[in-house]
Amino acid sequence: MFDIERWQEIFDTLRKNKLRTFLTGLSVASGIFILVILLGFGQGMQNGIAHEFEQDASTSVWVWPGMTTKEFKGMNPGRRIQLRNDNFDFWSKANAEKIENESPRIFVRNVNVNYGNEALVYGIHGVQGDFQFIENAKMVDGRFINLLDHEGTAKVVVIGNKIRKDVFGHLESPLGEYIEFSGIPFKIIGVYKELREREEETLYIPLSTAQKVFNGGDRVNNLAYTLPPAENFDQAVAQAVAFKDELRQYLQQAHTVAPDDTGAIQVWSAMEEAKRYYSLTGNIKFFFWFVGICTIIAGVVGVSNIMLIVVKERTREIGVRKALGAKPWSIVGMILHEAIFVTAISGFLGLFFSMLLLELVGPYVEVDYIMNPSVNLNVAVATVLVLIFAGTVAGFFPAWRAANIQVINALRDE
Amino acid sequence: MIEIKDLHKSYKMGSNSLHVLKGINFTAEEGELVAIMGSSGSGKSTLLNILGMLDEADSGEYNLDGVPIKNLSETKAAKYRNKFLGFVFQSFNLINYKSAMENVALPLYYQKVGRKEREEKAIKYLEQVGLKEWAHHLPNELSGGQKQRVAIARAMAAEPKVLLADEPTGALDSKTSYEVMDLIQNINDQGNTILVVTHEEDIAHMCKRIIHLRDGVIVEDKKIKQVRASSYVQ
Ligand SMILES: Nc1ncnc2c1ncn2[C@@H]1O[C@H](COP(=O)(O)OP(=O)(O)O)[C@@H](O)[C@H]1O
Ligand SMILES: [Mg+2]
Repeated sequence: MFDIERWQEIFDTLRKNKLRTFLTGLSVASGIFILVILLGFGQGMQNGIAHEFEQDASTSVWVWPGMTTKEFKGMNPGRRIQLRNDNFDFWSKANAEKIENESPRIFVRNVNVNYGNEALVYGIHGVQGDFQFIENAKMVDGRFINLLDHEGTAKVVVIGNKIRKDVFGHLESPLGEYIEFSGIPFKIIGVYKELREREEETLYIPLSTAQKVFNGGDRVNNLAYTLPPAENFDQAVAQAVAFKDELRQYLQQAHTVAPDDTGAIQVWSAMEEAKRYYSLTGNIKFFFWFVGICTIIAGVVGVSNIMLIVVKERTREIGVRKALGAKPWSIVGMILHEAIFVTAISGFLGLFFSMLLLELVGPYVEVDYIMNPSVNLNVAVATVLVLIFAGTVAGFFPAWRAANIQVINALRDE
Repeated sequence: MIEIKDLHKSYKMGSNSLHVLKGINFTAEEGELVAIMGSSGSGKSTLLNILGMLDEADSGEYNLDGVPIKNLSETKAAKYRNKFLGFVFQSFNLINYKSAMENVALPLYYQKVGRKEREEKAIKYLEQVGLKEWAHHLPNELSGGQKQRVAIARAMAAEPKVLLADEPTGALDSKTSYEVMDLIQNINDQGNTILVVTHEEDIAHMCKRIIHLRDGVIVEDKKIKQVRASSYVQ
């Protein structure tokens, strides 16, 4: 390895066979490059999916009523289920210790809203104070709706950060401004921010106010909860599933719905979804590893092929060298030394450029479900080493054979 | 210097086997210049390759400079090839990506001679074959005769005891052939043992002894009066 003469001989050979050296190097480098990019995007997808889940409180449970599809206790199918304040209150009282945050919600789409002379259209949600935590909204200015607002049917509104930018951009703060809908002025008391701007175009007002203003009576559209944190993920999932099932049973009884009529009252648990996604990310990771390993195998096969061709091409030269007194081991050593050198240099070049690309481009990738694709350096270096090792092993056998055939046969090779 | 007894060699070709050498007995003393003649396919190259340890005999004895050559490991064989033997082939067998000088220096690399000394020696031998100015040219920039002279310089660079040449003039016109033979005679004059395979009468007569091969045996072995190639070369 540290024989200077041998190094010189190898540099000579590489320099004088530039095309061969280049092509060998290119195939190794591109193999590594593709592999690292693939692994990077596998990681990126995992990051992206994990990120999607951080957005809303991941222990949330939502109730979405629908339409019955089955006849039950003399009730016809096709009946629309309407949730009411009672449902919420009853369940809250009975399960207070299982619940962290809770809020019913009523929503009205496309409401005409006036601000001064401006006519705007927004969706309006009537909620209770806890809803802020269920939706994982951060206050950037003022406060969210509280119990007093709710009890006093206060005419107050919390706006999204995007609305603030779009409509109140000229003001230092929109707090204390009034907007008007259904002919009633509402005072802005807070600005919230979400991770995604498209979720910042909703106005929140107290539930009681919404029911009054939009003639909602005691009707609500949704129930939303978050559950207290659990010891670990599996317990959290179990807790969410139990809570969800009990809640559905209660609502089915309260609304005379057949127990197997799943569409009539849908209860959705983020935890359960998360579990599905987590196993999905596991699968994605597995898939990318699978693809990656296939790429490595392809790379190994490629390198082996190159070695085979290189040895074949040089059989006559090997014969000449042997006729001049080269020992078999010096032939094998020469070929492997060259192979290792070229694979190592080009492998690490491929690694360098792919990592550079991920470093430079990765943070700017803004596609849903892909975030900051990156690769573990150890994994990447290990793959290069695997490829070098494979190239060495793959090169060894043809080199050994060529070095040990009868000289005259090597010389006869065309 | 070279001593062979009852040497046999056959090639297997599928189920047939071609018996090429059928008991060759032959000795060559130090300083001899021997021509091996015979029609095409008579086994001249086969014999020379065995003598040069590029190939192995099936049976028989072979002593090279008193060393019995039999069942040698490849490593041992490599050592003897390097130390005792120099080769000149009809097809030159130069390494095409190496310059004339690097080709000549190659056997010295395998003798573990340092780079600088290798190059000096290579230049010296190239000078002897009249190609000093061509030292940095690649083989494909040289004519056939020049290539063969580089090959001879390479064979001589290791300072072998025996020089083996398989139709060294086979690919050359007669003028260049004589130049090459002149070179070979000069090397022989310095005391080297040389075996030349040829099927050309005039080339054979520039040696000191002619051996005729036919049907796998030596049918004739005679000493001759050497014709100097220099008389044809200006
Ligand atoms: N590797 C081989 N396999 C099979 N037959 C061979 C091989 N080498 C030589 N021969 C045969 O052996 C005979 C002698 O060959 P060779 O020694 O090259 O003859 P010459 O050099 O006298 O022309 C020829 O008939 C040739 O076809
Ligand atoms: Mg021949």
